[in-house]
Amino acid sequence: MKFTPANPPIGSPAINRPPASGKLFILSVTALAVFFMPGIAQARDKIHIVGSSTVYPFTTTVAEEFGKTTDFSAPIVESSGTGGGLKLFCGGAGDDFPDIANASRAIKDTERKQCEENGVKDITEIKIGYDGIVLANAKKSFQFDLTKEQIFNALAKKVVKDGALVANPYKNWNEIDPSLPAEKIEVYGPPTTSGTRDAFVELVMEKACTGLAEFKAAFPDDDARKKECHLIREDGHYIEAGENDNLIVQKLRSNEHALGIFGYSFLEQNSDAVHGAKVAGVAPAYAAIADGSYSISRPLFIYVKNAHIGSVPGLLEFAEEFVSDKAAGPDGYLSIKGLISLPNKELIEMEKRVSALTASAKSN
Amino acid sequence: MFKKTERQARLILKRIHKNKNPFVFSYGVTPAQKWIVKRKRTEKQFKFFGFMSIALSAMFLGGLMLNIVSNGYTAFTRVQIYVPIEFSKEILDPENTGDRAALSKADYRKLVQNGLLTLFPANMSRTEKFELFALVSKGGYYQLREMVLADPSLVGRRGQLWLPAASNVDMFIKRHSLKSEIGISHYKVSNRQFEMLKELIDKERLRKVFNKTFFLGGDSQEPEQAGILGSFIGSIFTILVCIAVAFPLGVATALYLEEFAKENWLTDLIEININNLAAVPSIIYGLLGLSIYINIIGMPRSSALVGGLVLALLVMPVIVIATRNALRSVPHSVRYAALAMGANPVQVAMHHTFIYALPGIMTGVILSVARALGETSPLLLIGMVAFLTDVPKTITDPATTLPVQVYLWTNNPEFGFVENTAAAIIILLLVLVIINALAAWVRQKFEIKW
Repeated sequence: MKFTPANPPIGSPAINRPPASGKLFILSVTALAVFFMPGIAQARDKIHIVGSSTVYPFTTTVAEEFGKTTDFSAPIVESSGTGGGLKLFCGGAGDDFPDIANASRAIKDTERKQCEENGVKDITEIKIGYDGIVLANAKKSFQFDLTKEQIFNALAKKVVKDGALVANPYKNWNEIDPSLPAEKIEVYGPPTTSGTRDAFVELVMEKACTGLAEFKAAFPDDDARKKECHLIREDGHYIEAGENDNLIVQKLRSNEHALGIFGYSFLEQNSDAVHGAKVAGVAPAYAAIADGSYSISRPLFIYVKNAHIGSVPGLLEFAEEFVSDKAAGPDGYLSIKGLISLPNKELIEMEKRVSALTASAKSN
Repeated sequence: MFKKTERQARLILKRIHKNKNPFVFSYGVTPAQKWIVKRKRTEKQFKFFGFMSIALSAMFLGGLMLNIVSNGYTAFTRVQIYVPIEFSKEILDPENTGDRAALSKADYRKLVQNGLLTLFPANMSRTEKFELFALVSKGGYYQLREMVLADPSLVGRRGQLWLPAASNVDMFIKRHSLKSEIGISHYKVSNRQFEMLKELIDKERLRKVFNKTFFLGGDSQEPEQAGILGSFIGSIFTILVCIAVAFPLGVATALYLEEFAKENWLTDLIEININNLAAVPSIIYGLLGLSIYINIIGMPRSSALVGGLVLALLVMPVIVIATRNALRSVPHSVRYAALAMGANPVQVAMHHTFIYALPGIMTGVILSVARALGETSPLLLIGMVAFLTDVPKTITDPATTLPVQVYLWTNNPEFGFVENTAAAIIILLLVLVIINALAAWVRQKFEIKW
């Protein structure tokens, strides 16, 4: 029921008490003012970094060290995923846009084009190191020694059996190869949204599958075949465990029969409980990933916006810190965090790229 | 049919006459009896299921709390190592410039390492030295640097300092019995390090103190250096902005709709939409905030200002609904009485109805603030998932909130972050309990029963 007075009083009462609504009114006006305050963005004194969650722990470590050991303030590092990060990064030049993008893969041509369209002409790609992807299981059980073909047969949606393309029939490891244990195939891994998953399917599934004659016959088009090779089975043998690698490690601690797919740094941090499967006879260890003998590894990058050098304080120094021996070198603090450092030759090349930035900043 | 009932009735009367239970027949159980037994059984079952569901929820909650507390309580203490430090001029300022820039760049690591070496025999191997150096956290170097920059006269002097232990040492001392070597690999403490630590304990150079860093520090990638102050302040700023916007707007909307607006299709439409908005998934508001506040208006990304505005959108429908319910519960006699005394409709609403409804409104507002405090997903979209070592000073500074901090820490591989995460959850739950208690208190204390 709505309340409406029968005879609304006319005019205001003689004694005019200041209405209690005054305060409320002022509050709402300030609120509205805040609401519609146009661009409060001021000149930035902090470096702004966005991008990959895989690179995030390394960039933040450098950011912290940089903030604590120089007179510049620590950069802001946002974890937005590689794709989302590069989109923001390529949004334009100026204070409103990030200075550096973290990426767990190289920038795509489409992204570069987008950058150029928005006036971001020059960007510098800096490779910061490698990240290994491991298949691991509980230390109490069997250490696997797998080939990429075996991994493909265990995880793919479609496999080749008796010369025909069939939906994956394998339920136990020993059905794929008698040397493997007679245990159910049970693999916890990242979901499709994850960069780790992208890298895994590219480095393992694609390598093992695109050359198979049966796949070539069924999918003559290269792109279509690639797509088909990337498909992972959905019948319960591969379990998507979410983006959080810690969760996968926890599952492995409680389930001795399962394998998990995650980044090398998580293997290192949990080496008391899990061990990595050998791939083609090579166990995932720091040295093996660094020299490339352990083959499931990918490079990690940061992209620096050249135009921001000089206008954002500390950006150049931050890039220098990132490629310094103290950080990215073989005994640097990033290697303690699980980043596989670059071979010396590449590291020198990256240092050169940063000094080229210095030169460009000076000429500006 | 009739004969049968008649016979039964006669039997019942007979038994009553003999002072016996009329429903128990010598030849069996009557339908009435069966029905009563069945009803009693259903009642018992219903009670049992009710009790079980409460017991089950209590069990889950208890298990969760136990897990969090057992993981988190150790985060409130930290292990420190007493290290002799010489602020030697050769290391800090070899060119004797006395310049701040030189002191800022100096190698403070070396000071700690030299100090640690004096505690143990000189003939250590290279690996032993590395194991020794690894006992002290990086935070120790930063601490020395800050000390020297604050007071350059320290250069050239010597003393003893309590420095934070590395994360694995910290966890090891707090959680291991230290009696045997069993289980030390879990903490990544080597056998030699175990001996060193035992020696340090014997020399009374190891102690556990209250963990100030956890309450006074910003985020860090080193678990032993990470703190919640940054995210806590971020949460407070965000909530303040949220209340400052949502409270006046929400209450004014409700007042207008309830007390002044005419009842027509437009107000009905608005009402339906407000009720619908209260059920919209929170991530949608995040998207809205991203496109309007950041992309169109150009407010600073990752800031508490934008976070607060997004959360304000989220809680405003809830506040409107709560306020309207509170206003509706004020009896009409109050309004008539005010009108009879010559108050105009605005005065009736502001001086009487609103005041009487205030306790109910406050309860609604406090509970929606509690909801806003626990929100994470809309904040992910506006860039509040960021690594920040600095504590935000204004609402336009980049900030995170407590639940976002919990989310960020769960993604870190170092197992020292497990206790930090659990401890941050404990703090968050405490804050929520306090807010809910406040709401209950306001309701108890000020509620008017008509």
